[in-house]
Amino acid sequence: MGTVFDRRRLLQGSAAASALALAAPALLRSAAAQAGPIRIGFPVPLTGAFGAEANDQVRAAQLAIKEFNEAGGFQGRNAELLVRDDKLNPGEAATRTLELIEKDKVNFLVGGLSAAVTLSTNNVARERGVIYNSISQSDAINEAKDFGRTTFHEALNPHMTAGAVGRYVFPKSGKRVAFLSADYAYGHEMMRGFRRAGEASGIEVVADIRHPIGASDYSAFLPRIAALKPDVLCLCNFGRDQVVSIQQATEFGLKRNTKLVAPVLLFTARKAGGDAFDGVIGGTSYYWRLEDSVPSAKAFNDRFRAAYNGAVPSDYGALGYAGVRSVLEGVKAAGSVETDKVVAAMENLKADFYKGPQSFRKCDHQSVQSVLIVEAKSKDLKTPDDVFTILGTEGPDERFLRGCDELGHKA
Amino acid sequence: MSDITIGGFPLDLLALQLVTGIALGAIYVLVGIGLSLIFGLMNVVNFAHGAFFMAGAYVGVFLYGFTGSFWLSLVAAPLAMGLLGLVVERVLVRPLYGRGIDDPLLLTFGLSYVMIESVRIAFGLTGLPFGAPPELRGAVDIGIGYFPLYRLFLIGFALVVVGALWLFIERTPFGLVIRAGARDPQIVQVLGIEIAKVWLAVFALGCALAGLAGILAAPLQGVTPEMGIPVLAEAFVVTVVGGMGSLGGAVLAGLLVGIVVAMTSLVAPDMTKMAIFALMALVLLVRPRGLLGRAGALG
Repeated sequence: MGTVFDRRRLLQGSAAASALALAAPALLRSAAAQAGPIRIGFPVPLTGAFGAEANDQVRAAQLAIKEFNEAGGFQGRNAELLVRDDKLNPGEAATRTLELIEKDKVNFLVGGLSAAVTLSTNNVARERGVIYNSISQSDAINEAKDFGRTTFHEALNPHMTAGAVGRYVFPKSGKRVAFLSADYAYGHEMMRGFRRAGEASGIEVVADIRHPIGASDYSAFLPRIAALKPDVLCLCNFGRDQVVSIQQATEFGLKRNTKLVAPVLLFTARKAGGDAFDGVIGGTSYYWRLEDSVPSAKAFNDRFRAAYNGAVPSDYGALGYAGVRSVLEGVKAAGSVETDKVVAAMENLKADFYKGPQSFRKCDHQSVQSVLIVEAKSKDLKTPDDVFTILGTEGPDERFLRGCDELGHKA
Repeated sequence: MSDITIGGFPLDLLALQLVTGIALGAIYVLVGIGLSLIFGLMNVVNFAHGAFFMAGAYVGVFLYGFTGSFWLSLVAAPLAMGLLGLVVERVLVRPLYGRGIDDPLLLTFGLSYVMIESVRIAFGLTGLPFGAPPELRGAVDIGIGYFPLYRLFLIGFALVVVGALWLFIERTPFGLVIRAGARDPQIVQVLGIEIAKVWLAVFALGCALAGLAGILAAPLQGVTPEMGIPVLAEAFVVTVVGGMGSLGGAVLAGLLVGIVVAMTSLVAPDMTKMAIFALMALVLLVRPRGLLGRAGALG
C-alpha cells in the first residue's frame, strides 16, 4: 500500500510540475488524472432499508472492475471503485457525490438505489459535467428537466417495468384492477405505468388506495379490497412495504379471487418474504435463472459464483455490474477517458454483458433492454435461490419506452 | 354482503373493518400495558420498550427455527425478555432512581440503540421471514366475510393475557403490594416491604409483555431490527390516551387506537398515521390525565 501511494504521489507531483511549467490549468487536470487509475465513484445506500441490495450492488460492481483490470485495463491504467454510503438520503448523496468529484477526482459515477436519491446524485454530476450511470429505477431521470448530456440510466424505469407486467397480466387475469400504492414518487410512477398499459386492454380501476411509505400494517386496507373481489391487485410499493403487504394480503385470503401483482418483484424481497409470495407475478431486470437461456447470463453468474462462494447475483446487484461495465466499455470504445468521447461511445454501445442485448437510447440515455416477467414459487426449488419462474420476456424495444418528445427532448 | 350501507360502505364491510381494528388493537393493548405499567409504578419512561418488543420477536422466531413450535416461542420470548428486563433494571436503571425522569429516559433510549445494533450484527440487516404457524394459517368465514384465523387467535389470546394480568394485580397479595407501591412507595417501605424488589419485578413484567407482543406481531409482518421503532410511538399514544399506569386505560386506549386506524383507513387511507396522533391530541385537550388515568394509581 505504502509504496503504491508513494509512487502515485510522485507521479502526480511530477505531472503537476511539468504541467505547471506549461502554465495550463486544463492540462494540469488531465495530466494528473491520467497518472492514476480510472476512478469510478459508487454512491449507494449501504446503510438503511435497502442495505442488503446495496451491498450486492457493490459486490457485483467490484466484479466488473476486477474483470477490466485482469484484461489489462485501459492503456495500462487500472480501474478503481470508490464506494460511498448515500444513506438513502438525497442530501447525503449530494454531499458524497460532490466529494467524489472535487476531492477524489473521480472520472465517472455509477450508483443509486432510490429514485429521489439518484436524482440528487445526478443533479450534482450533471452540474459538474461528470458521467453518471444510474442503477436505480426512475422515470423522472429520463425527462428533459432532470436529464443532462452526462446522464445515463442503466436500470429499468417504472414505465417499462409496470408496463411489461401490465401487458402480460391484464389480458390473462382480468380487467377489474385494484391498486395499493406507496404514496410517493415510486408508487405513483409505477401506478401510471400500469394504467398506461391497461388502457390497451381496457382495464377498469375499482380501487386506488395509497398507503404511507414504511407502513407496518396493511390489514385495515384489505377487507375493502377483498370485498371488491378485483381480478388483479397491483401492489405499487418496494422493499419491506412490499414484503409486508403481500404477506398480509395472503393472510386475508385475497389470493382466492385475485391475482397479486408487483411491478418490481425483487429477489431479496422474495427471500425475505418466504412462501407468502407464492404465485405473485412481477417484473425484474434480471433473475439468475436467465442463465438457462442466455449465455452471457451464465458467464456472468459463473464469475459471480466463483468470486463470492457460490452466491448468485440479485437483480440490483447485476445492475451494479452492468452500470460499471457500460462505463468501462465506453472508455475502451472511445479510446479515452474524456467525458465527451465516452458519452459518444456509450451512446453507440451495443452490449450483451449479462442479460442479452442492450443499448442506450440517444435522446434520454435510457438503457433499452428486456424486462423479465417472473412468478414467485416456494415448491420444487432446485436450490434455495431458485425462487422464481420466468414466465416471459418483453423487449428490448423502444416502443415500450415513453417517446422522446413526451419526455421533453427536442428532436 | 347485505344491502344496508352507512356512509356508502356496506354494513358487512364496516363490521369486518371493526374486527380488523380490534385485532390491531390487541397488539397495541399488549405493548401499551407494559409501557404503562413501568411508567405508572416506577416513573421510568422506558424508551427501550420497542427494542424489547423487537428482541422478543427475534428470540421467538430464532427458537422457532429449532423447535418448530410456535407455542414454545410464545413462552420463551416473554421469558427471555423478562430475564433481560431483570438484568437491565438491576444493573442499569436502579442506580438512577431518585435522579429525576430524564436519566432513565436517556439510558433506555441509548439501550434501545445498543439492542437494535446487536440484533443487526447477529441476524443481519434485512430481517427474517416469519408467517403464522400452520395450524393458524388461512382465512375463515366469520359471517361478515373472510378474516385471518391468526388475527382471531390474537384477539382471544390478548383477552386471556389481560384477564390473567387483572387477576394478578387485583386478586393476589403481590398484586396488592404493587398497587400499594404505586400509590405510596414510602409507606410500603415503612410497612417492611422491600420496594426495590417490587420495582424489579414490575420492570421485568413490563419487558416480558413487550417481548410477548413482539412474538405475537411477528407472524403479521416478519421481523426486522427496526420493527420496534414505530411500535414505541404507538405504545406511547396508548399510554397517554389510556392514562399512565392504568391497566383498564391501556386496554381501552389500545382497542380505540386500533379501531381508529381501521376506520380511518377506510375513509382516508393517507391519514392513517396522523389519525392516532389526532386522537391523542384530542384526549389531551379534553382529559389531560388520559381516559382512566389517576395520578400514580393503577386501575
